[in-house]
Amino acid sequence: MARRQFKLPDVGEGLTEGEILQWFVQVGDRVTTNQTLVEIETAKAAVELPSPYEGEVVELLAAVGDVIDVGAPIITIETEPDGAPSVPAPAAPSEPGAQAAQVGVAAAMGGADPEIAAGLIGGEAPGGRTAVLVGYGPRTTTAKRRPRRAVHESGHRPTPAPDPASEVLGGPLGTEGVKPTRYAGVEFGRLIEARESAHGGESVPARTIGVDEQGDAGRVTVLAKPPVRKLAKDMGVDLRSVTPTGPGGTITRADVAAAAGPAAVSLAGESRSSTAREERIAVKGVRKMTAQAMVASAFTAPHVTEFLTVDATRTMDFVEQLKRHPSMQGLKISPLLVVAKAVCLAARNTPEANATWDEAAQEIVLKRYVNLGIAAATPRGLLVPNIKDADSMSWPEMAVALNQLSATAREGRTSPADMAAGTITITNVGVFGVDSGTPIINPGESAILAFGAIRPMPWVVDGQIVPRQICTLALSFDHRIVDGATGSRFLVDVGRVIEDPITALIL
Amino acid sequence: MALAPEEPELVQLLTPEGELVEHPDYRVDFSDEELRGLYRDLALVRRIDAEATALQRQGELGIWASLLGQEAAQIGSGRAMGPNDHVFPTYREHGVAWCRGVDPLNLLGLFRGVDMGGWDPEEHHFHLYTIVIGAQTLHAVGYAMGLQRDGMVGDGGPELTGAAVAYFGDGATSQGDVNEAFIWASVFQAPVVFFCQNNQWAISEPLERQTRIPLYQRASGFGFPGVRVDGNDVLATYAVTQAALARAREGSGPTFIEAYTYRMGAHTTSDDPTRYRIAAEVEAWKLKDPIERLRSFLIRTGKADQDWFEALEEESNQLAKHIRAGCLDMPDPSPMTMFDHVYVDPHKPLANQREQFAAYLASFESTSEEHS
Repeated sequence: MARRQFKLPDVGEGLTEGEILQWFVQVGDRVTTNQTLVEIETAKAAVELPSPYEGEVVELLAAVGDVIDVGAPIITIETEPDGAPSVPAPAAPSEPGAQAAQVGVAAAMGGADPEIAAGLIGGEAPGGRTAVLVGYGPRTTTAKRRPRRAVHESGHRPTPAPDPASEVLGGPLGTEGVKPTRYAGVEFGRLIEARESAHGGESVPARTIGVDEQGDAGRVTVLAKPPVRKLAKDMGVDLRSVTPTGPGGTITRADVAAAAGPAAVSLAGESRSSTAREERIAVKGVRKMTAQAMVASAFTAPHVTEFLTVDATRTMDFVEQLKRHPSMQGLKISPLLVVAKAVCLAARNTPEANATWDEAAQEIVLKRYVNLGIAAATPRGLLVPNIKDADSMSWPEMAVALNQLSATAREGRTSPADMAAGTITITNVGVFGVDSGTPIINPGESAILAFGAIRPMPWVVDGQIVPRQICTLALSFDHRIVDGATGSRFLVDVGRVIEDPITALIL
Repeated sequence: MALAPEEPELVQLLTPEGELVEHPDYRVDFSDEELRGLYRDLALVRRIDAEATALQRQGELGIWASLLGQEAAQIGSGRAMGPNDHVFPTYREHGVAWCRGVDPLNLLGLFRGVDMGGWDPEEHHFHLYTIVIGAQTLHAVGYAMGLQRDGMVGDGGPELTGAAVAYFGDGATSQGDVNEAFIWASVFQAPVVFFCQNNQWAISEPLERQTRIPLYQRASGFGFPGVRVDGNDVLATYAVTQAALARAREGSGPTFIEAYTYRMGAHTTSDDPTRYRIAAEVEAWKLKDPIERLRSFLIRTGKADQDWFEALEEESNQLAKHIRAGCLDMPDPSPMTMFDHVYVDPHKPLANQREQFAAYLASFESTSEEHS
């Protein structure tokens, strides 16, 4: 039996984590080398990972939606599922084997599956891992220095060049046994008085921060590494008030956290650098994509937004009827269904609202189909999955599609394919209880409809003020493609269906 | 733009449907065995590329630049070269490296980070991969001018004369280095072939942001001929490169070849092309696949049968296994090897540094290997 774990690789030069989007295998499946196991999403791309092993899946170590650190195992594969005698690692074919030996260099070490080596970079970066520009990033394990030999047999051990500053300030170590170091012209870790008197005040006076005599007037008694100092600054902790517990009287991260009190302690461990008054959240993943898409849209497509307030009372009645209809059993029916239908019908009348601006070709592409995007607030952030060919759907089909779309989004299983190739979008801001907004067009589309909350309002019907279910629609459109008249026609068409769903039969 | 129809000036000998077509200036005369050989090159190089991409996705390579879609441009030009022709590649010329006899594992070693390439450029007449965009075009022109001065230019044929071949992409044509290389090559009539694989995308920048005119037309402004060839047609690429090399070796100066092709995959494994180009474009280029057209030609003309293709498939699988095993078995480099190939001749300061570094390494109780 040989169980191998596949650790999440860095698929894009310096990534630190990835989110599991979907598994293509299950426990018990037989997999072959390079068979696709899983799709992950990183800050750079959605990527399918092929299996490095052949065998049987024993365990999936990460669930869909989990964000996994690079280097953490995600799947266990039994490479000898039949209990066969151990098969040696794939032998190199005989004839090209000689060539393989030419590759690379001396010193054999490692293998396909190296243990985590001691880190060389990083040290105590807040939150463990630090993203780096290239390479695999510092390990999360604590760096350990390799022990030096006690005696130098060779006698060749290079002696560091004498530092002029330390020459001037030379002498035995301070009584505390802390090795002094110089940083930015300040000597840390040693009393200076003796130094000054020994040199008769001729040397450049160096300010010293000692480790003794807490509270001695005029002396700052702080010893802390730069990352700890940064942490203290971020957490708003005055290092002078912290009781050091580290070696040589140094202040550790734990000391800072303890001094900051329980509320701040939890912050210290998170990958956000925060203070009591501000919180900083790294921009990545869906948030980053959203930001880029919105900036791209807002600054390339000249947006115009129009508003229309409509009486949705009949839509509400119609939704109640639909809920009782046999074809809709088990489905969640909301006014969004009517709006979705209305948008598809209006797009048929006004294809400019369901179009793409092709900058390269200097052409407008009118779509003879509707891939209807529905903006969804999901655990991963804002996603806009779309219903393919929504215009050809019946009412029950559309209801099923909307139900599936929201369930998939809620479970975080929306795939890139679900989000690709949308032609027009609805954003249902009404569910948040607001009336309207000026939505930004999903890039590559020409219009987006914001659907506000439906609430009872006074409304004039036949000269009388009566309470009706009122709703505001807002349509943002790309003025390169859609003119005011065209956009208004589209919006009015949508409004007519909501005012009277029977219009859907004749539009 | 990337979907522009084939323009009349595109040199093509084998259509995407696998039909042979005549061209007034270019023709090839291959035996059946040679045609099968070209197909084998294309198929094996694609397989090497696929395996390397998978190894990257499994964490075994730091990065990989895929040549998917550009096999014919590389095999056609690579196989047209003579023994003295010297290649100056970018980092994507895995197919040309194959033609020059470089072990694919050497390529993987570079992307795994265990060495800087590790093949002997003189032995293979294939320079080390150049990451800096376009810098190798200047190296190629310098090498070509050296050939001139060594008397390697004239009417002696490929055995006695030689040329330099600079590979680069459409994006590199916007680099200052490349334009300077054009000028030097032109003014000195250097025996160099500028082989531009126009794969339509410079990472995420489309071709229309590089040029207002077809790239090959730029050559005339520099004073040498330019030709656009169907880069997905291995026969046409071979013929055009062969003619350009002959011209260079005989002393008639440089040629610019624009191999019109398409990068089917990502720029590198760190890139996600779905963010900047549409699937329809990729689908359209799939129909022009360089391997499929030769396959259908071989099958339809009976030059290769099913058994032959199956044997090749098996060879391809074995090669992939060899690549995988060889990659996983690569030793990490010893720190001392960093001194090995810095200078041709040893000298005192380098020897001192080596000695000091060895002593430093010896000062630890364990080697770094043992420690891990």
